[in-house]
Amino acid sequence: MAKPTIFETIKESQAWKSIFRHGAPSANARNRVLVVLMNVFLHLHPIRMKKSGVRMSFTWCMGGITFFLFLVETITGVLLMFYYRPTAEYAYYDIIALREHVPIGIMREIHRWGAHSMVISVWLHMFRVFLTGSYKPPREFNWGIGVVLLVLTLLLSFTGYLLPWDQLAIWAITVGSNMARATPFAGNEGPGAALLNSLLGFEAINAGSDARFALLAGRLVGEATLLRFYVLHCIFIPLVASVLMAVHFWRVRKDGGISGPL
Amino acid sequence: MGFITDLINYLCRPAILFTLSCVAFYLGLFPYREKLAKKSSLYTILVSMAVFILISMLNPTFRDVVTKPDNVPIVLMLFLLTFFCWLPLNKAVKNDKLIEEGKDVENKQEAKELVFTWPDLIFSEFICAIVVWSVLLIWAITIRAPLEEPANPVETPNPSKAPWYFLGLQEMLVYYDPWLAGVVFPTLIIVGLIVLPYIDVNPKGNGYYCFKDRKFAITTYLFGFLILWVVLIVLGTFLRGPNWNFYGPYEVWDLHKLEVLRNVNLSEYIFRFGGLNGGKLPDFWLFRELVGIILVIGYMFAGPVILGKTVMKSFLEKMGKPRFYIMVVILLLMASLPIKMILRWTINLKYIVAIPEYFFNI
Repeated sequence: MAKPTIFETIKESQAWKSIFRHGAPSANARNRVLVVLMNVFLHLHPIRMKKSGVRMSFTWCMGGITFFLFLVETITGVLLMFYYRPTAEYAYYDIIALREHVPIGIMREIHRWGAHSMVISVWLHMFRVFLTGSYKPPREFNWGIGVVLLVLTLLLSFTGYLLPWDQLAIWAITVGSNMARATPFAGNEGPGAALLNSLLGFEAINAGSDARFALLAGRLVGEATLLRFYVLHCIFIPLVASVLMAVHFWRVRKDGGISGPL
Repeated sequence: MGFITDLINYLCRPAILFTLSCVAFYLGLFPYREKLAKKSSLYTILVSMAVFILISMLNPTFRDVVTKPDNVPIVLMLFLLTFFCWLPLNKAVKNDKLIEEGKDVENKQEAKELVFTWPDLIFSEFICAIVVWSVLLIWAITIRAPLEEPANPVETPNPSKAPWYFLGLQEMLVYYDPWLAGVVFPTLIIVGLIVLPYIDVNPKGNGYYCFKDRKFAITTYLFGFLILWVVLIVLGTFLRGPNWNFYGPYEVWDLHKLEVLRNVNLSEYIFRFGGLNGGKLPDFWLFRELVGIILVIGYMFAGPVILGKTVMKSFLEKMGKPRFYIMVVILLLMASLPIKMILRWTINLKYIVAIPEYFFNI
């Protein structure tokens, strides 16, 4: 009897068998079913799918890339949170420290370029889904969830833009949030606000109570805004996005998998 | 050389760039679709883009703007988008032909065949992830994330720009007030996209690339995305400098460049130049802006009805009233952007309705 190789020894060990309860997927069809079925991450996928839906030239893998980038952003984001304090006093210098003093100081670069890439990949994913008519019945609802996820991606990127607390950041957010001042009825320079105030008999909508104030936690982009955007960026939006992603992926499968010619 | 740079600077002026994009859009999608769908067209376009950018890099102004770290993704996106516009076009042209010949569209047989997710899908996903991760790593190593001076609320940089993906909206501010460009239009884009599957009742083109079966839907979407979103982002990023003035790609961003502001409201046209009311604007806003208000109300309310009775009659019959009117209202609001742009460029129209007393300008 030949001596078992090191790989065979590992694969026969109790530890290995406790993790992977089936044989190698290359061995037989049953194992190819089990590998997807038994793994909580892989079982996001169906066990079998249309051959046309596997083609990269059809899907461009853009949805998958977007999800992958979300994971990259989550992991690099957590690493960045170890070093970053969202206060006007420290934020900027923590960003410099991230580059100068932290080993392999490219975490912020990966995070930033990943964020830009994610915006592009979401747009392209939507573009593909539109051009293949994949939003048509029975996938109407999932398209809507996708639109909300697109908006959340933009908001994630927008809230993150402020965190370096440099000139680029605060002025981009100032310009981007100035428009909220003009929200009809809810912004102090929006149409309808004066009407609302005169109807109510007191100044309900002013620079200290309007939509922009709620967004920025102040009349200007300041320290309160930084904290607000930090919390939105690191906790609230990712949480909502994760839940909606779960719905999105679930519905892809429940609505008949990746679309294809009927 | 000076002649060429001047010419390109001139061609990039918002009005001309926008018009040229629209012409290219029409030519590429209709008369020259089949030519554009060929591989040689893709190579020609990609190579010309690369050559244009590389040669232009010799110009310091162009180089400064394009190599700003946050502008690099836009350049990347333009190449990706070119490819990903060509690919579906190529497939659509092929499928259109197959449908005309009464044959099955590409991969129709494959859609009935099932394969195991492991290994077919999981391996390609894995390879995709590795490629994306590698690109990201190289990008992160070669280009530093931007970091400017510490935040200073007293010192406003000129120009102040929103993040690049919102620059289309910021560019809209040239033509519409913030309540429309910054609030109503973005909301409309989101709502319009969400209701899209419910108003598009065309059952054809589900699950494959095509063009002829969905001409209207595809043309509208592509126009919105490519022209009204991407072209405006390019314009806002690369061609807008201090004071949001236009600067050609090779033009130095001169802080003191003067743009003559000679935009005129519709009411001023009527009263000042038309000589009504003795050439004076009426004091009460309702009388002053009456014509503009009628025009806007007519556009939004009579417009859909007229369209439904004339050019879009077949749509109304196919879609039924509720769907049709929702679609037409969205369509008209979308069209209001290019309409206002053209009015600005041709007759310097500032506002159709100008009631600054109530922050209500259209």
